Amino acid sequence: MNRHDDQASPYAGLVDADAHDQWAFGTSFDDPLAGVDTTLADGIDGADLATYCVMLADDALICTQRLAQWCTNAPEIEEELALANIGLDLLGQARLLLARAAAADPTIVPALPEGSPVPAEDALAFFRDEPAFRCVRLVELANGDFAHSITRLLAFSTFRLAALQRLGGSRDPVLAAVATKGVKELTYHRDYAARWFITLAGGTGESRRRLEQAITAVWPYVDELFRPNPVEQRLVAVGAAVDSSTLRGEFDSVVGQVFRASEWSPPTVLPASLVASRSGRDGIHTQALSYLLAEMQSVARAHPTGTW
Amino acid sequence: MTHNGSDGIEVSADWPLYEVFVRGKRGLNHVHVGSLHAADDEMALRHARDVYTRRNEGVSIWVVGSANIVASSPAEKDPFFAPSGDKVYRHPTFYDIPDSVPHM
Repeated sequence: MNRHDDQASPYAGLVDADAHDQWAFGTSFDDPLAGVDTTLADGIDGADLATYCVMLADDALICTQRLAQWCTNAPEIEEELALANIGLDLLGQARLLLARAAAADPTIVPALPEGSPVPAEDALAFFRDEPAFRCVRLVELANGDFAHSITRLLAFSTFRLAALQRLGGSRDPVLAAVATKGVKELTYHRDYAARWFITLAGGTGESRRRLEQAITAVWPYVDELFRPNPVEQRLVAVGAAVDSSTLRGEFDSVVGQVFRASEWSPPTVLPASLVASRSGRDGIHTQALSYLLAEMQSVARAHPTGTW
Repeated sequence: MTHNGSDGIEVSADWPLYEVFVRGKRGLNHVHVGSLHAADDEMALRHARDVYTRRNEGVSIWVVGSANIVASSPAEKDPFFAPSGDKVYRHPTFYDIPDSVPHM
């Protein structure tokens, strides 16, 4: 390495010039699953696997959209980048999972005009209507203030990390690979949220008051994360999915540690009510999701044959 | 700037400044890449990760409070550096470096 180059630009010696073609996710290849064997393993139903991947993908996608809304609004520019980075990690997971879903059951992909170049994962993200979204209601809630977003991120990343850790052993190799990659990302997200949670709890009277309001608003949506659903249960039986209800123990233990460090007792709030025992995983959402989708999907829908 | 928070604790409106040094995958030394604000040392390290290594630039980060850096003064530039400008014999350019000596 040439020392003079070092001094001209500190980044000259840092960036791996050979690896530029994939410096950011999705910038250098069209099909995120190119070259990957997407054949279904014995006993795994394609439609079930597709629905399950859509659930995991929608959690990530909708959470990404909420995190992206912090751009230009975060309290410090460093936090803005941190939140955007976390969102981009989740967007990468969503893209792979939606592509996996489309490969497992092509009939779920919305039909687009003849000749549209929109790939299947984009069609699923931008051309599905609200009832077809399978995300938990926790991720769709409006951002609120910083304390609210941190509290939601703590709950979501703790749940998702526990799920992905177990999904690394899924009998679907694509799902297993996506989960294994995601574990490293979620470990950082959870650490970020937990540190800020403890910081806000131990900060000023005002920061603690806001955190208390955030817990009251967010925690009613935590129970839903662990509700079993039939699609998941059928896939658990064939070793492809993780049973959400078994993640509660780890969730309570991790969150319990954070609450203890914050000198707070774990909240005892009533779960948000279900609609005829249905919720986000069944396509029943809060009003917040319709506004979110209108914003997220409007440009893509205005140009269904556009090339980006 | 400081003001009193709602519970009377003195709160600083601005986080202190930190300088960030990153070592790349092929780099041998940490290189100064910029600065950032953070409330404490641990947060500075995480901010550095988020701000300066998001394109896979680094394998190691150092952060140090800008206030802890002792810098030479521009006014002292001549007495500090000019005397070494004409001492070409201090450069190891008058003999061949063997191939087996790396990083020179």
